[in-house]
Amino acid sequence: MKYLSKFGLAGVMLPLLTTAAAAQEAMGLDEKINQKFAELTGPFVSFIFAPIPGTSFPWIVMWLVVAASVFTIYFALVQARFFGHAISLVKGDYSDPNDAGEVSHFQALATALSGTVGLGNIAGVAVAVGIGGPGATFWMILAGLLGMASKFTECTLGVKYRNEYEDGTVSGGPMYYMSKGFKELGLPGGGFLAILFSIFCILGALGGGNMFQANQAHQQIAGITGDYPGWITGLVFAIIVFLVIVGGLKSIARVTEKVVPFMGVLYVLTALVILIMNADMIGWAFGQIFAGAFTGLGVAGGMVGALIQGFKRAAFSNEAGVGSAAIAHSAVRTKEPITEGFVSLLEPFIDTVVICTMTALVIIITQQLIIDPETGNYMLNEAGTAIATVDGNSGVSLTSAAFGSAFSFFPYILAVAVILFAFSTMISWSYYGLKAWTYLFGEGHAKELAFKVIFCIFVVIGAAANLGPVIDFSDAAIFAMAVVNVFALYFLMKKVREELASYSARLKSGEIRKFEH
Amino acid sequence: MTVKIVIGLDGTETGGRAIEFAKDLAARLDACELLCAYVIEWSPFTFQTPEENATRHKRREEEIETATSRVVDPAVSALKEAGFTASGIVRHGDVAETLNTIAVNNGGAQIIVGRASEHGFTKRIFGSSTQNLVMHADVPVTVIG
Repeated sequence: MKYLSKFGLAGVMLPLLTTAAAAQEAMGLDEKINQKFAELTGPFVSFIFAPIPGTSFPWIVMWLVVAASVFTIYFALVQARFFGHAISLVKGDYSDPNDAGEVSHFQALATALSGTVGLGNIAGVAVAVGIGGPGATFWMILAGLLGMASKFTECTLGVKYRNEYEDGTVSGGPMYYMSKGFKELGLPGGGFLAILFSIFCILGALGGGNMFQANQAHQQIAGITGDYPGWITGLVFAIIVFLVIVGGLKSIARVTEKVVPFMGVLYVLTALVILIMNADMIGWAFGQIFAGAFTGLGVAGGMVGALIQGFKRAAFSNEAGVGSAAIAHSAVRTKEPITEGFVSLLEPFIDTVVICTMTALVIIITQQLIIDPETGNYMLNEAGTAIATVDGNSGVSLTSAAFGSAFSFFPYILAVAVILFAFSTMISWSYYGLKAWTYLFGEGHAKELAFKVIFCIFVVIGAAANLGPVIDFSDAAIFAMAVVNVFALYFLMKKVREELASYSARLKSGEIRKFEH
Repeated sequence: MTVKIVIGLDGTETGGRAIEFAKDLAARLDACELLCAYVIEWSPFTFQTPEENATRHKRREEEIETATSRVVDPAVSALKEAGFTASGIVRHGDVAETLNTIAVNNGGAQIIVGRASEHGFTKRIFGSSTQNLVMHADVPVTVIG
């Protein structure tokens, strides 16, 4: 607020208004911008999403799945062994009552989840099942379960190597464990990795965590109200985001942070009701998932197609290995960094294993995917690229149609949920981007304000223009974060194992025990 | 044997009346220790933004400092000046639950609190909290009107 009064609200808002006008003007220049931007960023995007030679499997997805498998083996199935303990931690069983008032494990988990639960769970799953068939769900769940180990690793390190400042605030995340962790191990290059990660994190925050969200939110609103210029949505969103992250208007953030989990719960409950209404088909649906996972049931690309789509969706949805959650979790003031790792492993479970699976099951059970009655296999669309669906729906409209087939009003609730998810994802990523920004340029109000204003400007651009290549680039930047992050995790995972061994021993001996509340 | 009495403060007049009652009661006892407790309403199950989480520790310290300097310390000083043995404590948590825990952990014989305040905010916090405390406390509770 200090800087608000210094510069004046109008002064800081001016770039937003200017950008709105510019964005409108820019719409006519879309083609030129797209072309130029695609030329510049194309090689980078192509590199990140390049398929493994001889397959159509993007290497970045394999990179994340292999990492998750390595961490699962290295920590001897930590996600299964400590699942119950993670729930106890979230419930507060191990929280010292004298520490009441600090960020709780539940709050850290909820905050991190609000950054990942979103369009991926609604639209992304529909894309995966639409292309890869029900079998994609099996691989998605498997990747989600493996991803729990990646989250555990990165979030433990996030807390262990965070910076705590004299004023009581904290900054943490991959850039801190890269620089401090590598230094502790006597390894070179930690600082370079941290800088690289921070650059990708800023780009990812402005793109996937901002422009993509604004763009999709506009699509949703325009879908209900009819088409209108995107910059209007962008400007409204930018003003709200501005009021929250610059103006410090906590009430909006608080309302969102309360409504978003409510929407998430409502979404899952509605899915459960639909499943109960079709209880006789649940066995059949799981039969389709298992059969499709290993045979493909006639989908494009067969079993491999189902596997690719499932793995891809899980990796894109829960962000395990990307490093973003490590930033969110590092705010918890705990004496045991590993407890935050345990709590974080619940995220891919909730995000992918529960929410994504619910979406997939509803789409399968409401029979949105058309089956050839003669062969029992799924019918492909005319282009042969995806499964033919009722009314030709795909993406978010497929999910919407599936839920709408049971409750006609639900598409409207879904549209509101998508908009709110987009907003909460923006708020979360504004923070992730800010932490990377301050790592590069240093802490300070003026520097932070600069990033926040840039972030708001990108909200307008994201909603106003259909800059496909920019969004491709932004997505690529988020996954480039994973390249750097996972590379660092391989070197630092032994530190996590030391923590795990020490904690396990003390838990077993009774030194770490539950508190009576 | 020293009897310990926990006084639940809320920074308002009703809290003041609770202190007056406690003083009266303590004066009648041979050995009595008064513990002034202020609980800052807080739940570990609320939803916060990442930025709020990052500054939470700082804000917690500020909240404790404010409650201590504005409510607890003046009450403790006044009690000491009046010749009583008194100390103070500030905690975060559910008001009723935390006051009870403070009493149990400190060997409190009873808890004295003010009745629901007439003011909106305090009423919201202490109104239902007083009811909850009366219903669930492990030690006797005196509510001052």
